[in-house]
Amino acid sequence: MDKFTKVTGVAAPLMRQNVDTDLIIRIERLVDNVGREGLGPFCFEQIRFKPDGSENPDCVFNQEPYRNSPIILSRENFGCGSSREGAVWALKGMGIKAVIAPYFGDIFNNNCFQNGILPVPLPIEDVEQLADEMRASPGNARVTVDLENSVVISPTGRTIPFKVDARRQHALLNGLDDIAETKAAQAEIEAWQKADQQARPWVWL
Amino acid sequence: MGKALFDKIWDAHVIKELGNGFILMHIDRLLLHDMSGGKALKEAIEKGHAPSQPRLIYGTPDHTMSSRPGRTEKTFPPGEPLILSMRETTQAYGIKLFDLGQDGQGIVHVMGPEQGLTLPGTTLVCGDSHTSTHGGMGALAYGIGASELVHVIATQTMVQRKPKLFRASFEGKLMPGVTAKDMILHLIGEVGTAAGTGFAVEYAGSGVRALPVEARLTLCNLTIEMGARTGMVAPDETTYEYLNGRDYAPKGAMWDRAVAHWRTLPSDPDAEFEREHTIDMRNVAPQITWGTSPEHVIAVDRPIPDPDTGPEEKRAAWAAALQYQGLQPGKPIEGTPVDWVFIGSCTNSRISDLRAAAEIAKGRRKAANVTAWVVPGSVRIKQQAEAEGLDRIFLDAGFEWREPGCSMCIASNGERVPPGQRSVSTSNRNFVGRQGPGARTHLASPAMAAAAAIKGAIADVRKI
Ligand code: SF4
Repeated sequence: MDKFTKVTGVAAPLMRQNVDTDLIIRIERLVDNVGREGLGPFCFEQIRFKPDGSENPDCVFNQEPYRNSPIILSRENFGCGSSREGAVWALKGMGIKAVIAPYFGDIFNNNCFQNGILPVPLPIEDVEQLADEMRASPGNARVTVDLENSVVISPTGRTIPFKVDARRQHALLNGLDDIAETKAAQAEIEAWQKADQQARPWVWL
Repeated sequence: MGKALFDKIWDAHVIKELGNGFILMHIDRLLLHDMSGGKALKEAIEKGHAPSQPRLIYGTPDHTMSSRPGRTEKTFPPGEPLILSMRETTQAYGIKLFDLGQDGQGIVHVMGPEQGLTLPGTTLVCGDSHTSTHGGMGALAYGIGASELVHVIATQTMVQRKPKLFRASFEGKLMPGVTAKDMILHLIGEVGTAAGTGFAVEYAGSGVRALPVEARLTLCNLTIEMGARTGMVAPDETTYEYLNGRDYAPKGAMWDRAVAHWRTLPSDPDAEFEREHTIDMRNVAPQITWGTSPEHVIAVDRPIPDPDTGPEEKRAAWAAALQYQGLQPGKPIEGTPVDWVFIGSCTNSRISDLRAAAEIAKGRRKAANVTAWVVPGSVRIKQQAEAEGLDRIFLDAGFEWREPGCSMCIASNGERVPPGQRSVSTSNRNFVGRQGPGARTHLASPAMAAAAAIKGAIADVRKI
């Protein structure tokens, strides 16, 4: 898994609720054989581009200084809907390192940690204030997300703590390979399976 | 303190406690489909992880092929490599594939219960958010992402943190024209699409106990649309009757042993839930969504909501949804002209769904302005429907009768609702562009969808 420690940069306010993974990446792009590295250009295509393929100037990602933001600010339930991990690959392809929102779709949240993107849960008032501070000082304002200390630092220098599972924090800071870790428990897995074959033989086809 | 159904399955699958509330959980069933299955197998193998328990892994293609009558994997060329890769990788490791053109092929969430692969008390995962469907059998079923999929292929386990528990109880009897689809849409309308985030849901109450298994699958299918990864119904005599004799269900003395175990699974009377929500079934009417989130839902005889009188924090989303959908607040939703009707998807493509739709279509004719598709959920459902003459009823009514798969639920096979056109769909997502860029989707039950096809407009099934 990729590491994440800290990111400082422009945070793009995409202040809507329920940003679903269909909106982040259309399913057709996952059928086309572009591979996970090639998804960035299609990230948020339904709002970034007009039907004729030209840029939609109303979209925050097409506005300065937000064009290459590494951080997204959003409202409740970011990443809800489909389990497609392509949504996280697309965000990554667009250069996103962290998303700050009140809460996230459960599956999306897991998928982020698998790919070195940090979902940062903050109360909506804090997210709104971050967005206001970004807009107040376009060009200069920067947000920092610091995983080691689990804090967000706002453009005006306020330090806002956020919650992260200790286990996930450790894995992300160190870029741990969770399959290797699980395989280290192979003997326990096999013992469990052996006992289960006795207890519930009907499960073992 | 007593244990809930969820706790019992959870506790029985703990291989190891990992600290901070995380466990290493055994996975009894992994189901694969063509969008993610072949790729994940390939990735696992490339990373040096051969499938650790291929006999617990089953697959079927559903997402990326055409539903046109007589289709093969070549009918929709972009999907062909995914289907071929799935075929190749499953074959190499002796994983059972219900392949295109074979008995058993179908939408993965239809196939599992139909084959008796989904069993009460088991843990089941699939790279698809609607895996919650299988909870209707009393299984603990999760949708997972691609990386987690590789982890399960490699180890037959998952690292999981225990969610909180949410019990949604439905009390009373179904009112006329109401189905499990209306029950779950009504619930999502009341609690919202994020109510289940961080929770596992158990559906309970007399209204749920009375439902046949297929309706329970529909109920659990939309669990992810209220934010929860998993939803379940306790197994009971209805479940055992449905399962008995299915291909992969236990047989003979083993069956009796399994049933004895399954009878221990239902939640204890004193089990505790962090959140409870009860719905009086007398208040559940046939539902239709008006917006671009499953929580944007009303009873079909209600007016389209007005953002100006809605909850403050939702006004902007409501206004944007109405604009996308091309609807006027305050007007009745009934009578809104419709261009497409889609009857299918893992929510509503089972034989009981097709019977309900056929009952409305029988002896009638679809409106001239509507294109109506019926896409059965599996090869077996298609055969059963044809044996009952349902295909004739649909064809005589001017509907198309197609081949099993996801089809227009997700439009990943090129089957789209054209931009700006309006569709009444029995699927589970009305997101912006879900059925194709610019498509306007209204979710409803199969009977409501059939009624819309006949009337050429959103219609109240109770008036047909
Ligand atoms: S029918 Fe639709 S929701 Fe169900 S698995 Fe297929 S694409 Fe997903």
